[in-house]
Amino acid sequence: MRLHIKNARVVDPATGKDGAGELYVADGKLSAEGGKADRVIDAKGLVAAPGLIDLSARLREPGYEYKATLESELDAALAGGVTSLACPPDTDPPLDEPGLVDMLRRRAKALSRARVYPVGALTVKLEGKALTEMGQLTDAGCVAFSQANVPLADTQVLWRALQYAATFDYPVWLRAEEAWLAKGGVAHDGEVATRLGLPGIPAFAETIALAALLELVRATRARVHVCRLSAAGSVELMRRAKQEGLPVSCDVAVHHVHLCDMDLGYFDSHCRLEPPLRGQRDRDALSRALADGTIDCLVSDHTPVDEDGKHLPFAQAEPGATGLELLLPLALKWGQANGLGLAAALARITSDPARVLGVRSGRLAPGAPADLVLFDPAAPFRVAAETLKSQGKNTPFLGYELAGRVRCTIVDGNVVYEQ
Amino acid sequence: MPIQNNPQLNSKGELQHLLSIEGLPRDILVQILDTAESFVGVTEREVKKVPILRGKSVFNLFFEPSTRTRTTFEIAAKRLSADVINLNITVSSATKGESLLDTVANLSAMQADIFIVRHESSGAPFLIARHVKPHEHVINAGDGRHAHPTQGLLDLFTIRHYKKDFTRLTVAIVGDILHSRVARSLIHGLTTLGVPEVRVIGPQTLLPAGVEALGVRVFHDMRAGLKDCDVVVMLRLQNERMRGALLPSAQEFFKHYGLTAEKLALARRDAIVMHPGPMNRGVEIDSTVADGPHSVILPQVTFGIAVRMAVMSIVAGN
Repeated sequence: MRLHIKNARVVDPATGKDGAGELYVADGKLSAEGGKADRVIDAKGLVAAPGLIDLSARLREPGYEYKATLESELDAALAGGVTSLACPPDTDPPLDEPGLVDMLRRRAKALSRARVYPVGALTVKLEGKALTEMGQLTDAGCVAFSQANVPLADTQVLWRALQYAATFDYPVWLRAEEAWLAKGGVAHDGEVATRLGLPGIPAFAETIALAALLELVRATRARVHVCRLSAAGSVELMRRAKQEGLPVSCDVAVHHVHLCDMDLGYFDSHCRLEPPLRGQRDRDALSRALADGTIDCLVSDHTPVDEDGKHLPFAQAEPGATGLELLLPLALKWGQANGLGLAAALARITSDPARVLGVRSGRLAPGAPADLVLFDPAAPFRVAAETLKSQGKNTPFLGYELAGRVRCTIVDGNVVYEQ
Repeated sequence: MPIQNNPQLNSKGELQHLLSIEGLPRDILVQILDTAESFVGVTEREVKKVPILRGKSVFNLFFEPSTRTRTTFEIAAKRLSADVINLNITVSSATKGESLLDTVANLSAMQADIFIVRHESSGAPFLIARHVKPHEHVINAGDGRHAHPTQGLLDLFTIRHYKKDFTRLTVAIVGDILHSRVARSLIHGLTTLGVPEVRVIGPQTLLPAGVEALGVRVFHDMRAGLKDCDVVVMLRLQNERMRGALLPSAQEFFKHYGLTAEKLALARRDAIVMHPGPMNRGVEIDSTVADGPHSVILPQVTFGIAVRMAVMSIVAGN
């Protein structure tokens, strides 16, 4: 299949290029010049950019098919312009065996939609006791190792895991949360939690764990990606760690750069998230740190939850929000709020996560995989449960008026979504 | 972005549900207190019944065990001539895995008019209120650490009864503020009614983060905190919190924060002492104070019935 995309505003976040141009696709790759195209796509009024790369999207398989399936969530990914996604290991059973990872890869491949990069469990059953067979899991297709949202309280195990991973240069993706301080908490420990009578998780539950993690990185030189920062204090720690030259990167979820604990309102369980939404100062610090590059990537942290899981009192409600279809418009909204150009805003959901993943997509260079999104950056839409393709309708952004609609998604040179 | 209307008020701004004192206008608080005043007479009559809720069904929906609060709601509903159905959910559906909303939907199908809800989880009554039919009313009888509005109202009623003018008072609330829904409700009520100084007194471990934002002054030294107070509200210290990471022992708590006659002498001479009950004598309050001339702890219980009658009659009329 040879494609010719014409009349587009071509934006390549990797180089900062932003202007009118043509794109040619041949044999699943971007190509410098066009021969005879099988299909010409007129992208007048649309932006052509690398497909989005989301470092955290739960597909709920295996084990939670009643919440979502690979089909439904990969459809949601394509509708959101996401062409590659990494899925955390907190499935049931967790991704701690090569066989499971292999099966997931095959299932995803057979659907030929978005590319799925499994993140393996760092410890067996995510229990934080014994290391998984990281070598075999890597052979099976795992791109990194993680505990998802399950705390690894034993710092001895954490230290050993980082040593082992560093030996073979396996990336480790971890959230920073001190398990004892976070225990029982469901909201940011502050005025809002005090008013609502919700058990709090203090911001220092994150900064203490992050400081400890960075110290272990210093000792082991493991390649660590810190997931879902939520506190302003963490930004400072990451800034210093990067200045020092530690092999670290980090991300933040879309809801944490747009929302804060005030949005809990009257116990809105859509705002029950892990980590919790924190104060306005935290939100603003995260948003700025993402703009200045201290935070490398923006992720959806896509977590489909069924209605029963959210129709519960706040503390019992299942944490998480659906997000694959909102990543692009929310990234555009964030970029605008920070006065960034389109290329700079898109970098956080394309070329920067590609760098963390170590993949060749996420840019428009000739020879790169032809994973593309064509979108109308100004087209307005209202976030509504009925129009979400994801099986999860749970998002605090329901009812928001956002701009940015995906018109066409291309994976591996094939048009896989059109609207 | 969805605008969340105040879930307690109907489109005319009247009380549809009583979920929390926070967010209620001053007028509605005064309306409840004035209505309760008229019911105090009823509770003192020989025939203690008025026909206001005749033919209406009140469901006591207690997901957390409670005898006292449930009984006072039951008495209040019966004095309004309502039919009262007590459901102790902890031993019925919840253990069978029925969801909270299913339970409510089932009861709603049995033609309920008022749900009195107690739940261990903060915000549970809000969830229920969002899902009941328009003619049904939800009254929060205590949710987690969040709110206990009828207790807050009966405390306000008691204070008004003895002190008349809220705008000249200094009120101290002492003890475990962190876990107390009573304290949160009372604080919102006092600040709404114009009390110029509300103090909270306790160790750091029992004060929630950013409590000052509720409009209170924080004291760790009880003696300093009680100075010139008109009203002293002692909170119950739950047994399981007396020893552990929050407090070393009940004895040590009493030493620092127990109300004794000697400490009470620092408050105004005509100060009143309140307690939501049940009391731990010798832990948060000394018997000589609990039974002494400043104590209005038993009148609180009596007023509690009138206040609950007022709340039920007002929501049912809206």
